[in-house]
Amino acid sequence: MKGKKIYVHPEAAALQPLTFDAGICDGCNRCVEVCQVDILVPDPKKGNPPVVVYPGECWYGGCCVAICPKPGAIKLNTPLMNRVHWKKKD
Amino acid sequence: MKEKDNPCHCLEWPYPLLDDQVQKISTDVLILGGGIAGCWAAIAAAQKGVRVALVEKGAIIRSGAGGSGCDHWESAATNPCSRITPEELTQAMIQAHHRYNNGISHYIECREGYDRLLDLEKFGGKIRDTEDKFQGAEFRDEKTKFLFAYDYENKFTLRVWGTTFKPALARECRRLGVDVFDRTMATSLLTEGNQQGARVVGATGINGRTGEFITFMAKATVLCMSRPTRIWLFSPGLPGISEFRPPQCTGDGHAMGWKAGVEFAMMEKSVKGEWSGDRSFPPYGVGNTHNTWYACNMVDADGREIPWVDRDRRVLTDISQRHRPAPGQKLFLKGGGEPDVPSYEFQGPDILPTEELLAEGFKLPFYADLAGMPEQERKAIWGLMVGEEGKTKIPILKAYTEVGFDPEKHLIQSYGEGWQSGGFLPQERQLFGLPGGMVNDWNLQTNLEGLYAAGDQLFAANCHGHAAATGHYAGRHAANYARVAALSTIDNKQVEKERIRVYAPLKKDGGIGWQELNMRITRLMQHYCGEIKSEELLTTGLDLLKDIQKLEVPQLAARNPHELVRTLEVLNVLTNAEIVLNACLARKASSKPLHFRRSDYPEMDPPEWNKLVTIKLENNEVAIGKKPLDYYVSLEENYESHNVDYLEEHKS
Repeated sequence: MKGKKIYVHPEAAALQPLTFDAGICDGCNRCVEVCQVDILVPDPKKGNPPVVVYPGECWYGGCCVAICPKPGAIKLNTPLMNRVHWKKKD
Repeated sequence: MKEKDNPCHCLEWPYPLLDDQVQKISTDVLILGGGIAGCWAAIAAAQKGVRVALVEKGAIIRSGAGGSGCDHWESAATNPCSRITPEELTQAMIQAHHRYNNGISHYIECREGYDRLLDLEKFGGKIRDTEDKFQGAEFRDEKTKFLFAYDYENKFTLRVWGTTFKPALARECRRLGVDVFDRTMATSLLTEGNQQGARVVGATGINGRTGEFITFMAKATVLCMSRPTRIWLFSPGLPGISEFRPPQCTGDGHAMGWKAGVEFAMMEKSVKGEWSGDRSFPPYGVGNTHNTWYACNMVDADGREIPWVDRDRRVLTDISQRHRPAPGQKLFLKGGGEPDVPSYEFQGPDILPTEELLAEGFKLPFYADLAGMPEQERKAIWGLMVGEEGKTKIPILKAYTEVGFDPEKHLIQSYGEGWQSGGFLPQERQLFGLPGGMVNDWNLQTNLEGLYAAGDQLFAANCHGHAAATGHYAGRHAANYARVAALSTIDNKQVEKERIRVYAPLKKDGGIGWQELNMRITRLMQHYCGEIKSEELLTTGLDLLKDIQKLEVPQLAARNPHELVRTLEVLNVLTNAEIVLNACLARKASSKPLHFRRSDYPEMDPPEWNKLVTIKLENNEVAIGKKPLDYYVSLEENYESHNVDYLEEHKS
C-alpha cells in the first residue's frame, strides 16, 4: 500500500460508548494508547479529543476513563438496553 | 475540515504504513499474548536472565481478559491462613468436575498462586487491607491484613485490589528489559523445516496500526492467547460485547497451534451461553448471589427475605453461616471454579432455584438487598469487589453511583438464575467453565518441542490466579529450555506463504467484511454443532466450513490494518470452529460433565469413554488419540521433581 492513501471510516454505531467533553479534554490521547481493542484514533487536529472510529467494538472495560488525567473529559455510556432497575428499599 | 470537503467523514489513516517492510527479531523466549499469563511468563523468563520478546495485540498496560481488574484470587492454598493443602484443593477441583480437569495446571495454581500474589505486592499491586478499612471483619486476618472470600473457614481465596495488577505487571516487564511489541497480532507459528508437528522455532506477526510484518526467531515460544470465542455467538452491531471476554480474544493461539500440529483436549465441551453483553446485563452489574456478589442478601418483589440454605437444605440464619462448610463438609468451592451443576461433596451455600422459590410463594422480581447486610459485608461487595473486578470500577461502580444508586438505600434487581442475567437458546453456546485447549506436560510444554502454553490456552483452564501461576511456570520452564537449545533457522518459504495469506484481504477492493463472515460461522455452528450433535450434522458442518474456506475467504476485504487484524481474527474463529467439529466427531459417546450430547451415541459417560480424547493435525489429517483423565499421576511428586530449582529459590 506504499504511496496509497488509506482511510478509516468511522462507523455509524448502534451504540455510543464514549463521549468526550471538548472543553475538558486536552487531546493527550492516553485513552487511545490504553484501549486494547484500538477503537480510537487521535484527532488530526492536535489538542482535540480523539475520534471513536470503531464504537461497535467497545468492550466497555472503562480503562480509557480510568487512565484519563482530566476528570470528566471522557464518559463511558452504559448501553441503554443494559440499564439495570433498582428501587428504594421501603 | 469542513463538512462539504469530507462528506463521508473519513479520516486519513493516522499511522505510518509499513506494509512493505519486514522486521526480523531474534530472541531466546518469545511470548505470544500479553495478558495476565503472558506478562507473568515474560517476567519469569526475564528473571532467568534470557532475552524475552512479548507480543500483544492490544497494549500490555491493560490488555487481556484480566487487565481491567480482578476481585478475588482463587486457590492461594499456601497462604499462611489456609487450612487446605494444595493437594486437597486440587483434588477437590478435579473431583468437582468429575475428573475432566487439568490436574497439572490447577496444582500449579494451588501450589504457586500465593507466591505470585507476594510478587505482585513487590511490583506495586495491592493485596492487603493496609488502610485497615475492614478492621475487625470476620473475613479479615488481623496479622496479615488479608481479606478472604467465600469459605471463611478454610481461607484459600483472597479478596484483592486487582485493578492495580496489570499496570504493575507491565511496569515490571519493562523494568526487566522485556522487548514489548504492543499492537502486534501473532499470526502463525514457524516450525523447524516447515514441518507440522516439528519443533517451534518462532512466529510471525503483524502490527495492527502500521501493517508491518514481523518475523520472530526464538529458541522457545510460550502461547498465552486466551481461548476461542465467537464460534456460536456474534453480534455484528455490537461485536465488542458479543462474548464475555474482550473482542480481540478470539483464540488466535488455538488456531495457530492447530495448524502447527499442537494436540488438544476437551474441545468437544461447550455450554449453553452464559454471558454476552448484548444479550445479558453487564457482568457483576445486577443483583445476584454468586462470584463477586457472594453472599448477598436477596428479597422478593414484596421485600420478603429469601432464605439461604446449605447443601442439605438447612436454612442458614445468619450471613456468617453462608461462609462456612456444612456440618461434616471439609470445604466448598465458590468463586468461578465450581461447575454449573455442583457435586454434593463441594456444594456451597446458596438460595434455592427460582422455580422452587416460586412454588413456595416468593414473587418475582427478586432483588439484591445490600442495604440489609452488615456494613463490612456490604462494603466488601459494593466498593471492594464491585470496583476491583474487571469491568466494574467504571461501568458499574462509577456509572451507577453517578445516576444515584445508593447501596444503603436501594434494592437492585436480579435478572436470572445463579450469576447469569440473560437467556440463551440451547444452540447458542460458549467455551466457558473449564473448556478445551492445549494438552500440556509437567513443564507446561505442548506436544511440540519448544512450545509452551499457559492460562486459558491450556485445556480446562480459567481464572486470574491460574493464568498468573501457569504463566510464570511456563515462562521459567521455557527459559530453562532456551538456555540449552540453539536458535534454529527459519524456513523462508513458510514466512513468505504466511505473508501472502496475511495481506490478501488488504489487497482486495470491495468484498466480504469480517463481520459478515463471523455471522456466517456462528449461524453454521448453531445449526451443525448446537446442543444435539450427530455424525451427519458434524460432517456436514465440516464440509460447509471447507466451502467457506474455498469460496468466501478469498473474497474477504479490509481497508486498513485495523480491519485487517479483525479479518485475520475471524479466520482464526473459522479454524477454531473446525477444531471443535473435529473434537465432537472424535468422541463417540455423550457426556454429562462435558455438556456433550450426541443423538447417535445417547448413552451418557459409558466407562470406556471416561478419558480425554485428543486431536491434532498430522500431515494435515486429523489424528485422534486418548489420555487417561489422571495422566498427571502423582501431583506432589511430579511437581517437585520438575521444579527443583524453583523450590530451592523459594525455600523460605
